[in-house]
Amino acid sequence: MKPIITAKDLCLWYGSAQALDHITLDIPENSITALIGPSGCGKSTFLKTLNRMNDLVEGVKITGTVTYAGKDVFATDVNQLRKEVGMVFQKPNPFPMSIYDNVAYGPRTHGITAKKDLDQIVEQALRDAAIWDEVKDRLKKNALGLSGGQQQRLCIARALAVAPKVLLMDEPTSALDPISTSRIEELVTQLKDRYTIIMVTHNMQQAVRVSDYTAFFLLGELVEFGATESLFSQPVDRRTEDYITGRFG
Amino acid sequence: MEMKKNTRSWQKHMEQVVYGIFLLLGLITIGCVLLITVYLVISGIPAIRQIGLVEFLFGDTWKPTAAEPSYGILPFILTSVYGTAGAIVLGVPIGFFTAVYLAKMAPRKIKLVVEQAVSMLAGIPSVVYGLVGMMVLVPGIRELFDLSDGACLLAAIVVLAVMILPSIIKMSVTALEAVPKEYEDASLALGATPEETWFRVSVPAAKSGIAAAVVLGVGRAIGEAMAVMMVSGNVANMPGLFESVRFLTTAVASEMGYASGLQRQALFSVALVLFVFIMLINAALNYFLKGDRKS
Repeated sequence: MKPIITAKDLCLWYGSAQALDHITLDIPENSITALIGPSGCGKSTFLKTLNRMNDLVEGVKITGTVTYAGKDVFATDVNQLRKEVGMVFQKPNPFPMSIYDNVAYGPRTHGITAKKDLDQIVEQALRDAAIWDEVKDRLKKNALGLSGGQQQRLCIARALAVAPKVLLMDEPTSALDPISTSRIEELVTQLKDRYTIIMVTHNMQQAVRVSDYTAFFLLGELVEFGATESLFSQPVDRRTEDYITGRFG
Repeated sequence: MEMKKNTRSWQKHMEQVVYGIFLLLGLITIGCVLLITVYLVISGIPAIRQIGLVEFLFGDTWKPTAAEPSYGILPFILTSVYGTAGAIVLGVPIGFFTAVYLAKMAPRKIKLVVEQAVSMLAGIPSVVYGLVGMMVLVPGIRELFDLSDGACLLAAIVVLAVMILPSIIKMSVTALEAVPKEYEDASLALGATPEETWFRVSVPAAKSGIAAAVVLGVGRAIGEAMAVMMVSGNVANMPGLFESVRFLTTAVASEMGYASGLQRQALFSVALVLFVFIMLINAALNYFLKGDRKS
C-alpha cells in the first residue's frame, strides 16, 4: 500500500530529554494505524509531530524528516497542513458555543461564509460522525450540554468538516464509558474508506479490534511495525511480545 | 483523666471565643454597609421631598445660592454618565487589546514589565492623576483645540480612561488565561492561525470575565471624585465635550464644606443618587460573575 505519511530518522527532544529516537515509519493510506506502548514511550509525541502541534511546546528540537503526500511538513504552511491532517484529542474539547458553530468553525476559518454551504457541510460532517440524528433538533444549543461520548463524536465531526485527508486521534476513547467507546470504534472503522486514521491507544484490545497496522513504541524508539494481526500473533521482537502479553506496561 | 477532660473543655471554650470574634468582625463589615445605606436614605429623602423628585432629577439648573434657588441635578447626572461612558469608550479598547497581548502574545519578559507597570498605575493616588492632568492634559487640550480653558469633560474622560485601565487589564488577563488550553489546541489543530484562535475562541470563552472587568471599570469611573474635580473645571453646566462640568461626586465634594440648609440636604440626595448608581453596577457585576460560574 502507498504511504501517505513518511517519517525518516525522526528525533525529538524536549529540552535535553529525548522523546523520539530515530523513528522511521510509513503510514499506509486509507487504513487505520494504531500506535501502542506504555506511558511516556513517545507515541503521543510522534502523533503530535505529524500535524506540528509540538511546535507550540517551548524548547522542542526536531531532526529528521516527516513528509505528508510527498511534501516536507516542516517546510509547508502549518495552517494548510493542519487543514489536511486533522486531530481529535484525548479529552473531548468542544468549544463553549453552539453545536452548529462548533462544526462550522473550521470551514469558516478557511473562508466559507455562505450559509447554504455551511449548512450542508455541518450536516454532512455530523452525519459522517454518526451524531446527526441525536443533535439535528438542537443545533443552536450549547455543545457543552452534550454527554462525553456525544462531545467526542462532535469533535470528530468538527475535524471532518474541514475535509482532512488524515485524522490523528490521541487516545480518543480513554475518557469515555464502554458504550461510547464502542460507538467511536465503530465510527472509526467506517471512516477509514475515506480517511487515513492514526490512533494512539492505551488499550491493546482496541488496537486489535479496529486497526489494520500497529506500531509499538518503547522509550522513544519504534520497536516494531506491521500488520496488526501478525504483530499481535507473531511479534518479531522480544519486547513487543513481553508488552502484548502483559509482562510490563 | 481529669486533666484531659479539662483540656478538652478549655479547647472547646477557646473555639467558641474565636468563632465569636470572627463573627463580630464580619458583622462590623455588614454593619458599616447597613449604616451607610440607612444614613444616606434617611438624609437624602427630605430634600428630594421638598424639591420634588422630578424637579430634582430632571431639573437642568443647579443654583442653590441664587435669590430664587433651583436644585436640578440633571447636569451632574448626565456629566457622570457621559464621563463614564467616554472613559469606557476610550479605555476599554485599549485595556482589552493590552489584555489580549499580555495573556496570549507577549514574551515573558515584556509581560512581566508591563504587568508591573499596570500594577503601579493602579496604585497611584487619584490626586496625583488629577495633578498631572491639570499640569499636562488641561493646557494640552487648550492648545490643541484652541479653547479659552482646557479644563473640561474631555480632560476628565481622558483621566478616567487611564484610571480604569488597570482593573480592566488585570481582570481581562485573568479571564483570558483561565480559558482551557484544550479550546485553543482544538482551534489550532483545525488550521486556524493563533490570532484567529485568540479572537474567535479565547475571547468568546472569556467574555463574562471581560464583561465583569468593564463593569468594574464603570464603577471605578463613576465613583471617582478627586482627579475629575481637578481637571473638569467644576462648573454646573450641562455636559459638552469642551464644557466645564461638574460630576455627581464633585458636586458633593466641592460644596459640602460650606453648604447649609436645603443645599446641604440636597447634597445628601446627590450622594444617594450616586449610591443607587453604584448599587446597579454591583448588581450587574454579580450578574456577569454568576454567568461565568454557571458555564
